[in-house]
Parts: sequence; structure tokens; C-alpha cells
Amino acid sequence: MEVTEGYPDYMLKSIKLVEEKRKKNLSQPVKPMSMKEREEMLSKYHPDYMKGTKRELKVGIDKGMLLYNGIVDLLEAKPVLDPKDVDLSKIDYDVDLLIIGGGGAGTVAALFAYESGIPKDKILIVTKLRHGDANSMMAQGGIQAADRPEDNPALHYLDIYGGGHFTNKPELARALALDAPGIINWHEELGVLYDRYEDGEFQELSGGGTCRNRMHSCKDYSGMEIMRNIRDQSRNLEIPVLEFCPVAELLMDDKGQVAGGVAFNLETFEYYVIRAKATILATGGSGRLHLANYPTTNHYGATGDGLIMAYHVGANLLDLDTIQIHPTGDAYPEPLVGILSTEKIRGLGAIPLNKFGDPFVFPLEPRDVESAALIKECKDGKGIITPTGMPGLWLDTPMIEIIHGEGTIETKLAGEVRKFKRFGIDMAKQPILVYPTLHYQNGGIEINEKTETKISGLFAAGEVSGGVHGKNRLMGNSLLDFNVFGRRSGIYAAKYVKKAKIGKLTLSHLDKYNKMLEKANIKTKKSAPIILPEYRGEMAISRALDIF
Amino acid sequence: MNKKEQVLLEKPKMKKSKNSEKKVETVEVFIMGKSYRVPAGLTIMKALEYAGYRYIRGCGCRAGFCGACSTIYRKEDEQKLGFDLACQKVVEDKMYLVQLPFVPASKADYDINKIEPTDSTILEFYPEIARCVSCNTCTKSCPQDIEVMKYIQRAIRGDISKCAEISFDCIQCGLCAMRCPADIKHYHVSQLARRLRGKYLDIKSKNLADRLKEIKNRKYDTEIEKMMKMNRSEIMELYKNRKIEAEESSKEGD
Repeated sequence: MEVTEGYPDYMLKSIKLVEEKRKKNLSQPVKPMSMKEREEMLSKYHPDYMKGTKRELKVGIDKGMLLYNGIVDLLEAKPVLDPKDVDLSKIDYDVDLLIIGGGGAGTVAALFAYESGIPKDKILIVTKLRHGDANSMMAQGGIQAADRPEDNPALHYLDIYGGGHFTNKPELARALALDAPGIINWHEELGVLYDRYEDGEFQELSGGGTCRNRMHSCKDYSGMEIMRNIRDQSRNLEIPVLEFCPVAELLMDDKGQVAGGVAFNLETFEYYVIRAKATILATGGSGRLHLANYPTTNHYGATGDGLIMAYHVGANLLDLDTIQIHPTGDAYPEPLVGILSTEKIRGLGAIPLNKFGDPFVFPLEPRDVESAALIKECKDGKGIITPTGMPGLWLDTPMIEIIHGEGTIETKLAGEVRKFKRFGIDMAKQPILVYPTLHYQNGGIEINEKTETKISGLFAAGEVSGGVHGKNRLMGNSLLDFNVFGRRSGIYAAKYVKKAKIGKLTLSHLDKYNKMLEKANIKTKKSAPIILPEYRGEMAISRALDIF
Repeated sequence: MNKKEQVLLEKPKMKKSKNSEKKVETVEVFIMGKSYRVPAGLTIMKALEYAGYRYIRGCGCRAGFCGACSTIYRKEDEQKLGFDLACQKVVEDKMYLVQLPFVPASKADYDINKIEPTDSTILEFYPEIARCVSCNTCTKSCPQDIEVMKYIQRAIRGDISKCAEISFDCIQCGLCAMRCPADIKHYHVSQLARRLRGKYLDIKSKNLADRLKEIKNRKYDTEIEKMMKMNRSEIMELYKNRKIEAEESSKEGD
């Protein structure tokens, strides 16, 4: 690894102030906001409350619903698949269970579907990129589970529900809180290496909006460690996976059930017809849509495909009028912009500071409130402007070494240290520069406790689903979400499969959808799902010949 | 804040004429041998996209966690090959670049529930580790700067815990295995070590076991159901007044 130079001079001057005031800042923490202060902060500074970021959807079952523009654009786009191009009489894969998405939720679903009695050759995971390429792999901070004596699942429930501004589906929040300890136990049995004390108890930290320390971590590679284990387990069981074959649309049958999907091989440009008695949608989030023009922490494949496909078959959506912007995306250096600096950094005691080295917010507010406070500080002119023109605030990481002792950062935040070291920044000695970044899709396709959607045969789990977190997710609950509901989807889909009977396959729902678009007088050149984001240089695109 | 501080922290105004604003510093890179000029300061990944490539393989999390974008490079006038992640490494002038789309390394199959963590477990599943010639090429090719050879040596000696510890930050990009003259699949070897340690060697949490019993006995069901039935103001009141552990401990200066 080669190292380039660190901060420019004008930033070093500001860091000097941070250093001078560090001792004082540690001894005089900012108090958490009252509920009223929180609301005020959100309404003034969070993009969810800004004019122009959202509009009403004009088509489909949720017509009239207010959603982010980028999502409405895709819901009002033409289905990418033309039914005329697909021959449904030739079935390429005939399975009991189709799992769309090879990330956390999809892989956990496969493991539990197998355990619930579906033979492995009757399960098929299809995924857009490689097995394991998902936001799950990137989650750093940790996973929540109320297992300390000072804590309990009822308190976890209260945190989830309050953090979601009391908009979550209560039965989903309950499932999340009550299943959590069982999930950690399952991880132990798989071999996940959690951070522990010598007596075997977990080292648990606080997270934004949580009333007890209940965040379990695997250094700052928590998602990667969990994902590595479940993927290894799935590989050992030889559960079939089709990589680089995203499903472009769902299939239905003449009884109105979902009956599989049409996958598209990204390398040969062939489609495959996959018939399935049950289908689990585990396609993840949509950060790569860059809603409200935010940079994102998300994976390359996070383009919201699942939302679009599910909406085309008539499933309904929840809470997509909110996005989660994570307070601490990186703002400097440029190659790191938008990439996450984990909440664990604040969990360990680092405080956000403005360019004068002054604190302005309790470091562990719920994510939306914390983000709004950072945006406000920058709007008030108290942020540092980077050479590329974006604002940022300091996150005073050296505080961690003072609180927990020298060397803590190196052992607990190895991934973060590595990331900054490349650019000549030693986060144990210097603060890091952060600004909110688009992190998570709070809402999605509505599910119930059994992960069923409104359409029979279609289940959903993980970030693509809606209702679990309401209008704001708390940290450590997304790793938990994909485990809890991935597991439930595998179990309940396996049950469903036993009785399910598939009728004649059809893609007529796409014709219907096109007619609805026409009727709503929507003229669009876009088609959706988009499968991959577009990042090519403008020149390269304008000069491209479409030969495929 | 005071005025002096404010002035001190002003970002230096770049002196730019209208012409120079259009001029972006560029570097020349050779993508699989073809020359392109791209702006300096981009990561290899963004440079390829700038040049007109649209990723299918070779791009994953874009943040250094997934190992999809392992890249082999050489700088002009140098013989040495470099190894890094396209999403993390910034391009340099006259860099020759190629990415690895797939790693065809074999993986051992095992049922983690049926094996035991003995001195020879890893050797049984991956006997080729005994062929390690200590050339250290694996370590030199690791984009995470992990001491790969060291953990293989630990695995040979049957030290599962240490092998797991040293290898923990592995993103499984497979560059080590592609470079190894002894055909060792380092990243699969260490996966087995970590699972063995996590499952069998680390002491388990008693708190967790106790909590699982309580949940099984439905200890918290009534309390949660009660909360689920509360009206909005009741639950808000409860939420507002709950004690925050992190706040309490910061008061104590812990």
C-alpha cells in the first residue's frame, strides 16, 4: 500500500483548534435534544422535509403516494422487459424457491429454506453481481441484540419504534427485537467471530438512538464477517447460485400469483425463464439512485430493482418518502467521498466538531437527527470547505484513544485506519472530515411478520422490504433485519411451497402496466428496473453506438 | 468562534484565470494496454468509468470491503507488478492496468458441525499448505496488507486462533491464491480457521444463553404487547423518559 500526502495546510490550521479544545470538549458533552428540538431540527434541515425532493406517484396501487423523485421516475418508467421477447413455453429453471438477490437476506433465506425441508436443487439464488456482493458486506458498526442483563427486548422494541418516529409496523418491530438474541446464537454456531471479553461476554457499544449498549461487533468488519460465514455455509451446502444474472421482471400465473422471474445474463445477453412455487425478493436497497443528489455509501448494485419489479405485479410500498442519510460519510479526500465512516467511531466516543473545534450536537442522536444537525452546521458556515467544494465537519477520532487507551483505534477500527492511511491520514492522531451521505432505504415493499407481501407467492426480506424500521432505521438494525427476516422468509416460503400450485405462466402484468402508464398520460423514455447505475464519462456515452 | 479564527480558516482562494479553469490536470493510463487520458486524483475504478468502461465484473462495494475489483498494475519503466483494489487505489501517470474478473481457486467442502478443531484439521482439508515455500509472495500481493504467509505458517502448525486473528481483515479477493507458486488457497484456508475459532474455541456468552431461555419462556411478550397497544402519546411518553445508558456513563466520565 502506497501513501499519499494528508490534509492541506488550511485544514491543519483548523485541526490545531480541534486539538486545543479537545480536553474541554471531552469534559463538557452536548446534551441530547428534546423531542421538540429533534422535530425542529429535522423539519428545517433533513432532505425528507425539503421541497422539491419528492412528488406524488401517478400510477399503480399506491397512486397518490408521496415518494422521492428518483423512485417515482422509475415507477413511472416502462417495464424494461418486453413480453414479446420472452418465450414462456421454454422453462430454463424449474424450482420450488427462487431467491432474487445473493446478499445477506437472500443467503440467510436459502439456509433456512434448506433447513425447513426444501432440497438444495429446488432452491435457486440468482444475483446481479457475485454471491455476497451487497450492502450487507459493507456494514461496519455492528448488530443489535438485547442480551445483557441491563437490557431487554422490550427496551430494544421501544428504541426501534421511537427511532422510527412511531411509524413502524409494530409486529415487525417486535419480531426484530425478539428474534435478535436467537440470531446472535445462530451466528455463534456458524462460527462468526464477535468481539468478546475474556469471559466470553460480548463487547457491546452504544449506537445512535439506543438506550442501552447492545451493538455487537466484529471489529469494523461486522457485515463482512457475518456475510463471509453465511456464504461459506451456503457454499458448503452447495445451494445453487446464478451470478451476473439479475432478474429483470417477476413472472405471474393465470391465478394472479407470483410464479418466478425472468433473469438476464449480463454477459451473454440471454434471458432465462425461472418457474418457482415461491419467490423471495431480497434485492437490497437503492442508494445508487442518488436520491436528493446525495453521494452514497451503497454497493454498485443497489439500484432499487426489487421495488420496481414488485410494484409491477401489484405489491404495495411503505415509507419511501424518507431516506436515511448517514451522518458520517467521508468528505475528504475526494476518492473517499460518500464512503462510510462507521457509527462505531461515535459509539467509541468521538465527537463531531465544527471548523472552530467546537461541538454542536450530542454524538449519538438517531441518524436522521444527527445528520440534520451536521447539515445545519455547514449551512451556518461552520463547516470546512474541501478543495472540491464540498463542506465537511470534523469527527474527532483521537478522543477514542484518550477515552479507551492508546491502540484502541488500531484494534477496533482496522478497516477505517487502513482506508485513511492510504491518504496519509492517521485517524488515531488526526480527526477525519465527514458529511452526511445516502445510506439506507428505510421503507420498501410492505411485508407482514411472515415476510409475505400483498401478492401470493411473493415474499420480501431485507432492505427491499418496508415497515420494519418505519421512517428511520437505527444503527445495527439492518444487519439484524436481514438475518431476522431472511430467516423468516426462508421458513415461511418453505411452508408455502408445500401447498402452492402454479398455473399457466404469464407476463401480461407488464402489458397491463404499460396501459396504466398510457392512461395516466405518462410519457417517458426511461425503462426500469435499471440494473446498473451509469457512471461513464459524458463523452464516452454520447459517442457510444448501441450495437447490442 | 471569533473573527480571527474565521479569517484563519478561510479556504485559500485558488488563483484561476478562465482558461486555466478548464484545464484539468490529467494522467495517461493504459487500460489493458490501450491509452486513455484521465483526470489526476481519480481512483482506478473511477478512471476506467471516465474512460468509458461500464462495469459488470470487477466492481462491487466501491469501498474496499468486497474484493471484487482486485487490480494488477505496472508503472512504465518498472518491472515490478503492483496489486491493489481499483476502488481504493488512485491512478498514477503511465500506469498499466488490468483487473481480475474471477478467481478459479478450489474450496474444500466441510460440515462445520461435524468437524473438530484439532492441530491437523486445517491440514486435512487443505493439505497443500504444507507445500508453502515461504516466498512471501502472498503477503506482498495482499491489498489489505495482511501477513498472509504468517497466517499460513500458523495454520501449518495447527494454531487455529492465531491464523483466524491474523487473517481477520481478509476481503477474499483471491490475489494471494493467484500468485502462490504452491497453489495454496490462502483465503479459503483462513475462512475455515475463523469459523473453527468462532464456533469451537471462543468462550460463549452466558448472558446470551440466559436471555434465550427467558425469550423461550415468553418473559417479554406481555410487556411488548402492552407497548404495541399503547396510543401514540402514551408510547411517546414512555420513549421520552427512558434512561440512556450512554448519557449516564458520559456523566460519570467513563
